[in-house]
Amino acid sequence: MDLSCTPEEEEFRGRLREWLAKVLPTLPAGPSPDDWPGRRAYDLGWQRMLYDAGYADVHWDASPTTRLIFLEETEKAGAPYVGAGFVGLLHAGPTIAAEGTAEQRARWLPPILRGEEVWCQGFSEPGAGSDLAALRTRAWRDGDDYVVSGSKIWTSHAEVADWCELLVRTDPDVPKHQGITWLAMPMDAEGITVRPLRTLAGSAEFAEVFLDEVRVPVGNRVGAENDGWRVTMVTLSFERGTAFVGEVVACRRVLGELACAARENGRWDDPVLRRRLGRLEAEFRALWRLTQWNVSEAEASGGVPGAGGSVFKLRYSQARQELYDTAADVLGPDAFDLDRPWVLDRLSALSYTIAAGTSQIQRNIVAERILGLPKGR
Amino acid sequence: MRFQLSADQRALRAGVRELLERRFGREALRAAVDTPGRLDRELWRALGDAGFFALRQPEADGGVGLGLPETVLAFEEAGRALLPGPLVATHLAAGTVPGAAGGETVVAAVDGELVEWLDAADVVLGDTGGAAPLRSLDPLTPLHRVPAARDGAATAPLADLLTAAEQLGTAVRVGELAVQHARTREQFGQPIGAFQAVKHLCADLLVRTETARVAVYAAAVTADPADIAAARLLADEAAVHGARDCLQVHGGMGFTWEADVHLHLKRAWVRARRGGGSTESEELLAARLVA
Repeated sequence: MDLSCTPEEEEFRGRLREWLAKVLPTLPAGPSPDDWPGRRAYDLGWQRMLYDAGYADVHWDASPTTRLIFLEETEKAGAPYVGAGFVGLLHAGPTIAAEGTAEQRARWLPPILRGEEVWCQGFSEPGAGSDLAALRTRAWRDGDDYVVSGSKIWTSHAEVADWCELLVRTDPDVPKHQGITWLAMPMDAEGITVRPLRTLAGSAEFAEVFLDEVRVPVGNRVGAENDGWRVTMVTLSFERGTAFVGEVVACRRVLGELACAARENGRWDDPVLRRRLGRLEAEFRALWRLTQWNVSEAEASGGVPGAGGSVFKLRYSQARQELYDTAADVLGPDAFDLDRPWVLDRLSALSYTIAAGTSQIQRNIVAERILGLPKGR
Repeated sequence: MRFQLSADQRALRAGVRELLERRFGREALRAAVDTPGRLDRELWRALGDAGFFALRQPEADGGVGLGLPETVLAFEEAGRALLPGPLVATHLAAGTVPGAAGGETVVAAVDGELVEWLDAADVVLGDTGGAAPLRSLDPLTPLHRVPAARDGAATAPLADLLTAAEQLGTAVRVGELAVQHARTREQFGQPIGAFQAVKHLCADLLVRTETARVAVYAAAVTADPADIAAARLLADEAAVHGARDCLQVHGGMGFTWEADVHLHLKRAWVRARRGGGSTESEELLAARLVA
């Protein structure tokens, strides 16, 4: 067991730190949460800076440890979040890289890396959330096109996306995990209606997408027809791998800020609150170790994230909610003022035990795939 | 970064597990329950011969010359096997108390207001004046009560780390017992492990265990007091909560003396109060936040 990095990795860390210290002070402040075009421009601009400095493909080509260092250092330095580039860089990109043809890779990957195109995710449907394979959006062949009709929901960045990684049902007569196909749908195609969806945090964080006989070229299919479920599992394993590294670092920073705030407003003298903060520190230290453990394991197995991602997601999503609930105790009456820091974070943290497979689904995955318990209803 | 067990560490863990299965299997465990207060000296010497107490002693002094990570793996196995005796106190006394390293001398230590294994020990560290026996909750850990005055030495970070390793072993074992039972016990025409409510108990048990595991292993690598405090908190939680969930999975059988579950839970409770319990760890970590 070893927690140290190689000299090459440390050199990468040093170079990255130096670069961040140089460029971050030159960045303008970010746009407001509801300014979608502004967010798109800002996030893509940051990606372009990473590209020019040679850090654009760190999510794809670097070793897991190097990726860990990248996420750790950018978050510690307060660099912008991946934002609108999330689906392209962490879902669609890796999926196309692993499953796409040479032509598809050449068409879609460079614009993602250069910060020129935004992707959104068309997986969930009103009738198929955690039971993703129950999706009903239909696609049938018409010449060189698929014709797609149906609707998607919880689609982040849909208003400003150029492409959508879309799951459609191409064969309704086979078991539900078969008969699904993965398509890259251009968001400017005719027949697409995007309707923003207001969340409990008050903002339009994502959208509903309605598809009315949208034509998608057959050449936009990644993987074989009816093989979309397997392709999707590739995508989801990326999501459950290193997707939360930056967030764990951020949570540890917030925890330190909370302790300082508590000292300033006198709540630090309450031993119950103080001990709760101490326990959260134990929690996030362990989550960081779990990240390092999973990354080491992925490195040993050739870069494939394992089922350990479910263990991590279950624990992390809960810890994040506890962190911001504790923030409310530190804030006191300010916890009800939406203009105070951490108040909106407390609301948005509520999605963590739901998004990307609810905690209940994750527990089933742990029980069935890791512990080998029988499948039930 | 290779934050994974090395081949040697895996071999060491397998060796300790094999030794304990051979020398302290289920029959020996239940026999020990039936003879409370008796420490198996032969087993203790066998542990000494295998290097259990001398793992961190330099080879020049007749020790094994390994480090904290290896020691933690050995203590995890001891916890998993529910091995009785003042293991932590004796291990920490190796090199200072003659005979401790080889397993000839059994060393106990006063910890707060309690002492484990006072009568069976050859040497007891700390002030035992006024010690009075308790009818111990844990049939495998005889306890004496001593008048107040906390003993500083007992709360050394190393003792906390080894206790955390034992708790991790307990969490691992109760997880195995719960899953085994959930797979085989049938109700309503199917294994109870097919029911989501049972499945989720088992999944949560594993999540707590694996989170505690990385915390304990990382603390063994860094030996940082804050890492050790974090490991202690998570391992105590994984052991105590895990044993309770295991008991729940066993249903009515879990409430009987015959099932081993209560032995794991009682030991987890006894260990969890060592060194002042969770308060000190939480305060230490809180202090780190504003340091």
